[in-house]
Amino acid sequence: MATKPIATTRSATTIPTGRLAVWWVLASEIVIFGGLLASYIMHRLGHPEFGDYASHTNTWLGALNTFVLLTSSYFAVRAHFEAEHGRGANAAKWLYATVGGALMFLVIKTFEWTHEISMGFTITKNAFWSFYYTAAGLHGLHVIGGAIIMLVIASDAKKNKELQRVELIGIYWHFVDVVWIFLFPLLYIAK
Amino acid sequence: MATPAQEHAHSHEEHAHGHGAGHDHGHHAQSFWSKYVFSVDHKVIGMQYMFTGLFMGIIGAFFSYVFRMQMAYPGHNVPGYGVVSPGEYNALITNHGTIMIFWLAMPVLVAAFGNFLIPLMLGCDDMVFPRLNRLSYQIFLLSALVLIASWFVPGGGFGGAWTAYPPLSAKSQYNMTPLGSTLWVIAVALEFVAFLIGGINFVTTAMNSRAPGMKLFDIPMVVWMIVIASILFMASVGPLIAGAAMLVFDQTVGTGFFDPVRGGDPILWQHLFWFFGHPEVYVVLLPAVGIVAEIITVFARKKLFAYKTVLYTAFGTGILSFFVWAHHQFIAGIDPRMANVFTATTVLISIPIAEMMFVFVATLYGGSIVLTTPMLWALAFIAEFIIGGVTGIYLGSSGSDIYFHDTYFVLAHFHYTFVPIAVIAVFAGITYWYPKMFGKMLNDTLGKIHFWGTVIPFNGIFIPLFLTGMGGDHRRIHNYNNFPELANERMYFLREFATVSLLVLLAFQLVFIINFFWSLKAGKKAGNNPWDANTLEWQAPSPPPHGNFAELPNCYRGPYEYSAPNRDKDYWPQNEPA
Repeated sequence: MATKPIATTRSATTIPTGRLAVWWVLASEIVIFGGLLASYIMHRLGHPEFGDYASHTNTWLGALNTFVLLTSSYFAVRAHFEAEHGRGANAAKWLYATVGGALMFLVIKTFEWTHEISMGFTITKNAFWSFYYTAAGLHGLHVIGGAIIMLVIASDAKKNKELQRVELIGIYWHFVDVVWIFLFPLLYIAK
Repeated sequence: MATPAQEHAHSHEEHAHGHGAGHDHGHHAQSFWSKYVFSVDHKVIGMQYMFTGLFMGIIGAFFSYVFRMQMAYPGHNVPGYGVVSPGEYNALITNHGTIMIFWLAMPVLVAAFGNFLIPLMLGCDDMVFPRLNRLSYQIFLLSALVLIASWFVPGGGFGGAWTAYPPLSAKSQYNMTPLGSTLWVIAVALEFVAFLIGGINFVTTAMNSRAPGMKLFDIPMVVWMIVIASILFMASVGPLIAGAAMLVFDQTVGTGFFDPVRGGDPILWQHLFWFFGHPEVYVVLLPAVGIVAEIITVFARKKLFAYKTVLYTAFGTGILSFFVWAHHQFIAGIDPRMANVFTATTVLISIPIAEMMFVFVATLYGGSIVLTTPMLWALAFIAEFIIGGVTGIYLGSSGSDIYFHDTYFVLAHFHYTFVPIAVIAVFAGITYWYPKMFGKMLNDTLGKIHFWGTVIPFNGIFIPLFLTGMGGDHRRIHNYNNFPELANERMYFLREFATVSLLVLLAFQLVFIINFFWSLKAGKKAGNNPWDANTLEWQAPSPPPHGNFAELPNCYRGPYEYSAPNRDKDYWPQNEPA
């Protein structure tokens, strides 16, 4: 693809096309997670014993991960700020820091899961653990996907190319954050 | 919204641009692979969707031939297939339904027409994300291949109906198709992802890339409808994607999301499925209505009656469609008080749809009607869909539905909605836009033979099935000889009548195939605007080159200014300056 079609450069809504598309992506993501979490909440209401199962999750590690993810979101904001001022190299640095946060989140998650699985709380243990691994796993896939896209965007940003994409991945990253903000109380705190 | 002055400035910039771009394209020789297989051109991707969809439709039609033969002549050898075992029968009906909705109606009505028409009708050179568009088709093709593969794995294809209710779908000791059912779920989930990507592209393109001067109410109805359908799809499919992941885990890992013994709930799947499944009906219906709106205005030479009303009712239908899903579950053990609510919403949703049909009739009233082949298809859509709609009232009421549930009455009802959508409207669209797609005219006589040879036997298939349904025929029975009270001569006469009608209908499709390919070679040259239509796609060359327009058009008026007073021509293209 040498040049973008003229269609891509038009903006009848005055919202840049890329940003508009990202919001539509998020809209469809919200419904995916919404369906999953609504199913979980319905089960949770019908099964008080879920509270006992949830007491085996590690709230402190969950809280630490919340902190890590929120901090990485702050880095994404810094990247956006630098990109807006045309400083691609700085934006790339902040994006790498965000990816660092994503990696740290995944490492902590791995420790948690390894511990829980070794205790016998596997995905097939009961409906609570099935939801626990499915919801957190789907969220984890979004973290991995976001980190990979961020690396691609950072390598462009370093050369001052496609700087508007720094904002777009930031929007997505905040969404990944917000999903976790829902998962953390539902899976960890509600005991 | 941009002010007119901004848009004007914008357009000048673009024209300078557009010229340069066109110049580039001229010198750019593309290989066969980059032009037809890995193309990023929206028209080629639209064709890929259309041909893949029609090919899958032929498979789905073949399946219907096999199980209809089994219904009329149980246990006999079906020519071209063999003897149908109960397991195969289940797999055939399951995959017939799955294919016709997800691999025929969706790709052709939403993706093929959406891809082909949106950029042309909005007067731009392509979709906003051409490479995402290509990715969407590639994922769709992969999903089709996975579905086809699922029929040939050990155990055979999935046979738990297109609704895939657990526990039947979740446990291989019940469905006996360990691999087939997992591949089926994966194929459907991949297909959803393909249409999510495509839908985001459609909506963004329609929101941002309209021709300078084209206001929201200047957008042709079919584009609006495809956009609303894409939004409906986006807003409803998510829970089922999550549900599909849960179902695959139940099948393969051994979780118990839908297993009551393990703390799960099989009804949960029904909610997730129908929360998507009912809006899905409108996802395919709305583009069909849009196609019919385009055709009726052109061949009645009249303005669409009440453009804004149609639009608002389409939005209303979309919103209402999220509150009717449990009418599929009246006998699934839901609370009867809940059933009352869903009866009310279900009967309510027939109002906006009826309103659209009245608008079409009002558009026809006093028009100078030209009965071309596409017009015949459009009129047939209205006539046949009304039968589907009216019979739906009986099923939407929870009282009568308890009797009709899962009988052939239900089957005949939804075929009276889906065949007008997935067959009649598809033929309407193909015969109407064929000149634009290929630059040649279809043969009108062959087109009319094909039309009557399809519509008459279509009624011959499904009117008898209303009767067998009322007589007690259940949808999932493989051989009625096992049910003496249903195996009488009168019932078999009706079943045979339906099957023979299907054979006639299928035979007449050959006329269409011959017409399609013969006209490609020997058809009359179409010219830019053979139907004297207003919308922008007809102002581009036929077939449109890469980049679509020699110079990207500006838009000056709405799409349906036919027979305007004090003009010598009875049409008024959207891009013609006042």
